[in-house]
Amino acid sequence: MISLANPTRFLSLVDRVVPWLSAVVVILLGVGLYLSLFVAPPDYQQGETVKIMFVHVPAAWLSMLGYTLIAIAALGTLIWRHPLADVAAKTAAPIGATFAFIALVTGSLWGKPMWGTYWVWDARLTSMLILFLLYLGLIALWQAIDEPGRAGRAAAILGLVGAINIPIIKFSVDWWNTLHQPESVFRMGGPTIDPSLLTPLFVMAAAFTALFVLLHLIAMRAEILRRRVHALQQTQVEHAALAEA
Amino acid sequence: MSTVRALLVRDIKLAWREGGAVGVALGFYLIVVAITPLGLGPDLNLLARIAPGILWVGLLLAALLSAGRIFENDYEDGTLDVLATGPVPLPVVAGVKCLAHWLSTGIPLVVLAPVLGLLLNLPMGAFPSLVLAMLAGTPAVSFIAGIGASLTLGLRRSGLLLALLVIPLYVPILIFGVSAVTPYVSGPNSVWPPFLILCALSLASVVLAPIAAAAALRTALR
Repeated sequence: MISLANPTRFLSLVDRVVPWLSAVVVILLGVGLYLSLFVAPPDYQQGETVKIMFVHVPAAWLSMLGYTLIAIAALGTLIWRHPLADVAAKTAAPIGATFAFIALVTGSLWGKPMWGTYWVWDARLTSMLILFLLYLGLIALWQAIDEPGRAGRAAAILGLVGAINIPIIKFSVDWWNTLHQPESVFRMGGPTIDPSLLTPLFVMAAAFTALFVLLHLIAMRAEILRRRVHALQQTQVEHAALAEA
Repeated sequence: MSTVRALLVRDIKLAWREGGAVGVALGFYLIVVAITPLGLGPDLNLLARIAPGILWVGLLLAALLSAGRIFENDYEDGTLDVLATGPVPLPVVAGVKCLAHWLSTGIPLVVLAPVLGLLLNLPMGAFPSLVLAMLAGTPAVSFIAGIGASLTLGLRRSGLLLALLVIPLYVPILIFGVSAVTPYVSGPNSVWPPFLILCALSLASVVLAPIAAAAALRTALR
């Protein structure tokens, strides 16, 4: 972690890793999609729609992983002032938000044949919606503050506050849900899933995780370069101003 | 201690004397509750059933509307810089200002809530639990709003951003606040668990929120 504090070293590492990781993502996604679309049997109750799960569940996991990453990076920003922590958190937010959005859309598409409606105030869907809103708040805060240093620290504080609140929100939404809907129409516990569905699910989860890491590394590289360009432009303007004076 | 008390009294006085700061929040609460039946129709049974939810949502929005004020004026005229370098630690300053918001805005909103409950045909038996639940929950509302207010200090369109940042954090307060009132309206559930959870949420935010708010204030003052 300490040796990566040097952005140049980090960039050269990213340049070396990205081609390999891209190959891994392509292979895993190919195998995972083949397994989930052609090998996995249709569910005896849900038919072919069960295959939405292979996109929906990994996307939901990664949206939570994304927020965990932001919370850890927030500690990095506030406690160790690690120069890349702020970049990591800033670039993880849109990726995590996109995965949360994918989970919401696929959940609602899955809900149409299962529940007969696109949206049900199910505890998991509701928690995911609130997680998505937390992501939007983080992204909006980053965009509202011009100075990158202040934006990074403010977003780190908000990220930690959100991380403390997520378990409480999850608990309250579960409570609210049992209060209003005594039984869930549809539940997915780990052990009730058949192994024939579990293997493609894990391959897809691995593929999505690799995709997340790949996108995150590329976004971090872009953000570091963007900041360098910005700094260069600023010095150019200052030089021009000095020359005129 | 006397410094803290002076700061608290000053903030409450400012909130009340500053042109209509508290009045606007109360008026906003009234109008949110008043337009809801216009949208839903005048069915009194329906209104009685959803009254706790409307009263809580309206209260959260009205409290948010006035939350930007917690630090804004002191930030603009430089008082906050003086307070930050003064003898009182910044988390205490932040906590006192949130407390002043609760006393000056939160409590009047809670006092108004039962009156608005009459408009929504809230059953009489629910009034004590409504007021108790709101008294237990509104400190958390003010203190969490304080985090949002300190994060958005001095930004453009900070009011809208404040709402986007803070409303997701209000979800537990809303859920337990409504559950603490609903049993009187619709079911035999006990009101104690949600009421105690509301107290816990308030106590936790009174302790933790000033620390986060102070950290955010430092980033804004730098």
